[in-house]
Amino acid sequence: MAASGLCLPLLLAAALAGRAAALWPWPQYIQTSEAHYAIFPHDFQFRYHSSSAAQPGCSVLDEAFQRYRDLLFSSRAWYPPEPTRKLHALEKNSLVVLVITPGCNQLPSLESLENYTLTINDDHCFLLSETVWGALRGLETFSQLVWRSPEGMFLINKTEIEDFPRFSHRGLLLDTSRHYLPLTTIMDTLDAMAYNKFNVFHWHLVDDSSFPYDSYTFPELTRKGSYNPATHIYTAQDVKMVIEYARLRGIRVLAEFDTPGHTLSWGPGVPGLLTPCYSGSHPSGTFGPVNPILNSTYEFMSSFFLEVSSVFPDFYLHLGGDEVDFTCWLLNIVSAYDKGYVVWQEVFDNKVKVRPDTIIQVWREEMPVHYAKEMELITKAGFRALLSAPWYLNHITYGPDWSEIYMVEPLEFKGSPQQKALVIGGEACMWGEYVDSTNLAPRLWPRAGAVAERLWSNKLVTNLDSAFKRLTQFRCELLRRGVQAQPLNVGYCEQEFEQT
Amino acid sequence: MGPRGLGLLALLALLAALSPRSAAASGPALWPLPLSVRTTPRALHVSRENFSVSHDPASSAGPSCALLQEAFRRYHGYIFNLDKSQRGSAKRNSAVELKQLLVSVVLDSECDLYPNVTSDESYSLVVKAPVAFLKANRVWGALRGLETFSQLIYQDSYGTFTINECNIIDSPRFPHRGILIDTARHFLPIKSILKTLDAMAFNKFNVLHWHIVDDQSFPYQSVTFPELSNKGSYSLSHVYTPSDVHTVIEYARLRGIRVIPEFDSPGHTQSWGKGQKNLLTPCYNGHKQSETFGPINPILNSTYSFLSQLFKEVSAVFPDQFIHLGGDEVEFKCWESNPEIRDFMKWKGFGGDYKKLESFYVQKVLDIASTVNKGAIVWQEVFDDHVKLQPGTIVQVWKLQSYSEEQAQVTAAGFPVILSAPWYLDWISYGQDWKGYYKVDPLDFSGSPEQKKLVMGGEACLWGEYVDATNLTPRLWPRASAVGERLWSHSDVKDLEDAYKRLTVHRCRMVSRGIAAEPLYTGYCNH
Repeated sequence: MAASGLCLPLLLAAALAGRAAALWPWPQYIQTSEAHYAIFPHDFQFRYHSSSAAQPGCSVLDEAFQRYRDLLFSSRAWYPPEPTRKLHALEKNSLVVLVITPGCNQLPSLESLENYTLTINDDHCFLLSETVWGALRGLETFSQLVWRSPEGMFLINKTEIEDFPRFSHRGLLLDTSRHYLPLTTIMDTLDAMAYNKFNVFHWHLVDDSSFPYDSYTFPELTRKGSYNPATHIYTAQDVKMVIEYARLRGIRVLAEFDTPGHTLSWGPGVPGLLTPCYSGSHPSGTFGPVNPILNSTYEFMSSFFLEVSSVFPDFYLHLGGDEVDFTCWLLNIVSAYDKGYVVWQEVFDNKVKVRPDTIIQVWREEMPVHYAKEMELITKAGFRALLSAPWYLNHITYGPDWSEIYMVEPLEFKGSPQQKALVIGGEACMWGEYVDSTNLAPRLWPRAGAVAERLWSNKLVTNLDSAFKRLTQFRCELLRRGVQAQPLNVGYCEQEFEQT
Repeated sequence: MGPRGLGLLALLALLAALSPRSAAASGPALWPLPLSVRTTPRALHVSRENFSVSHDPASSAGPSCALLQEAFRRYHGYIFNLDKSQRGSAKRNSAVELKQLLVSVVLDSECDLYPNVTSDESYSLVVKAPVAFLKANRVWGALRGLETFSQLIYQDSYGTFTINECNIIDSPRFPHRGILIDTARHFLPIKSILKTLDAMAFNKFNVLHWHIVDDQSFPYQSVTFPELSNKGSYSLSHVYTPSDVHTVIEYARLRGIRVIPEFDSPGHTQSWGKGQKNLLTPCYNGHKQSETFGPINPILNSTYSFLSQLFKEVSAVFPDQFIHLGGDEVEFKCWESNPEIRDFMKWKGFGGDYKKLESFYVQKVLDIASTVNKGAIVWQEVFDDHVKLQPGTIVQVWKLQSYSEEQAQVTAAGFPVILSAPWYLDWISYGQDWKGYYKVDPLDFSGSPEQKKLVMGGEACLWGEYVDATNLTPRLWPRASAVGERLWSHSDVKDLEDAYKRLTVHRCRMVSRGIAAEPLYTGYCNH
């Protein structure tokens, strides 16, 4: 493995040490060597540094320690025989974690810092981070650094990593309206997201097809609009659980309630909400978007979004949106509830007047303009942008499409540095027309991993051969962790997926 | 508007949303559709506690027939396990109860035999209170009838298990209805293979075409040549032991499914070379051996004595009358580079026509197959390259381009045909591609009635380049179901709308039976 030039020594340093090459996503700065240390599962522990702002009792890290212990050791087939211990004088029996800023009980936000440094050398086995969120990212990296010798020894190479994300919004959209996704499926996805350092779960909760969000203000919405009001809904408790499960993994939950279109399922539960369509001079019995001319519509929306604003604690809500007047009004309402908002690009294309701090999500590949042009226009107008257009993972084709997904460069558009700085990240989207819990996981993973690395790693990390090798190994690691990730190409994993 | 991207889809979504809760309707949805169904509105109630499946006293198969005993138990489970909510015992006063299904095998049952290409799968079903009758000539038809019977039972809006009185007469349109799995590109754990056999039975498939080895790996553990898998498998845990193979064959037999192994040669054999020295052709770079290898070396006696022994073992391990010998995609470059092969060509008078060398090889392998009393199936190249074939050799058509013409040519030459070309399920695309598979008619080529009779059926192929145990099931089902109905049901059964409705219910039924079949479109299952 020859380095291709002197400009990338940091990125390629790992090529020197075979095992570390499997990290995904690739860290910003890494130095590693062949020297390695033994880890013995029986006495290895994660410990808080005495001067860490987080100490035992910090739920985010206490639980993460437990989780990563299990990931590292419990599902591996067998432990090495103890006598080998004598041969390895250099043993690491703990990873010491130091968090600088307190904040164990908070929620992650768009502004959360996720940087960390990881030092594994003769003197230290040390993880330093500004926040608990950074510590979570560092723990994930640490877990990917541990490998096993052919004899079954757990080993970790001498390594120095300084890492931080390139973009602060790294999201994954799931659509629970076209098909209902059971809670376990959502939580499994959150786990896999954490392994890929994703930090936003964009929850497209409701749409034309069904209304599974169980509103306490308007219970008729699910009673009449869900596929099955007994089984195919998300109760307040469910939503809370998802938010907490995500929080413990440093993942924000960005809820989307798309209006005024994509709302057919809202209709049965709220008479008068949708616009009756006419055929000639008679109502045709079908309905269009939310009816923007009735006061009752605005009363309903005010109460509904008041509820939503408190149920979903993230600062941002996703409002979908397209029609000018209605959307304009809704944005004002939501601002009044002290929320920021994300909208689909039409809101911008249709020249709706929005607050300057609005985030605009680009989803159209070619129309009205190529997505790169759209990014240019949005940032030129001073808005923050999120890229999704090239990352519709529900679109499938034969063969290794991950490489196209991987080679997208979000900042490849004409614009000033200030414009580029307005791109806060992107999202992989898994729309649900043809996806439910039977095929979600293999369709998502490892393809979404390609997006994850693009959004986390340095812009210069674009070598497809290296990515293929690392991603192949990483998908086997995902399998080992129980994620039903599909293969990139021919080959095998030591531990194949076993049906249960 | 909505971030989906396709105008047509948005329109479809709108149409679907007009009845947002119209998922799987609760009535029976048969898949594949039987030849003749006469049903009445008279609904009978079926209860978990009272209902049983038993042998008719007149049946040639009794409780000693393990195949049927197990099937009875299995289907009792499928029928009543549907009920996750445990509401099933809510009785309605008015309904008459169906107490029993009596199964009668009329001729010699064949209970302890293996199914074969001539196995009789026909059956008739009469559902009437208080006893329903399933009649079949052989156990194979009884198995198909049990599947149909289980599909007739549904839960009404009160959760009561219900079946309508009806009369069904059924038999398959084609005798060969196969699924190809590829365990060489990716190893498939035995559990995945068994699951696939379950799902095949739900769709009345009757052939598992097991493409067991290929370039990438050799997971078949040979007793005669253990080095083949010791060296040629991905790892020692990625191997099918004799006992694994036996498990698959017996599990398949109990479901009326044949297992046809494919040992593809002379191409697609890179993995064979690792455990068998001098089997593959050494390629040359000018005058020097290049350390790479090509197809099996066709000019050495040792090659044929190896193949004789291997196929002798394979023919004993796999009881089916047929064996698939492959013969596709032979690359001539390496043969051309090798001076000894060139000498052999001269000596044989083949000139520069390497197809003649290929034919020379394939004929020898076909002879070996007939020595061990097996019929042969080959990929279409073997026919295209004018290998002299014994009558009865089955040609599998796989190339998409002008496959109908190929069918016409093969049958005109008097050879039986299996169609796969339009059914490569590993080729995925966005949307409802099942419709394309469904619309194919295997007899849609120009030829005489005698030629049409030579079409044995078809196979849905799921090649393994991008498929392993993680995505096999949702990629196969319900897409392969479309092929299943095409090969079982009458050629008139081609209404897409009706098929969509039935297949939507059928996929939910598969899900409730533990098969992770993916959705056809927006909607939901009750379970």
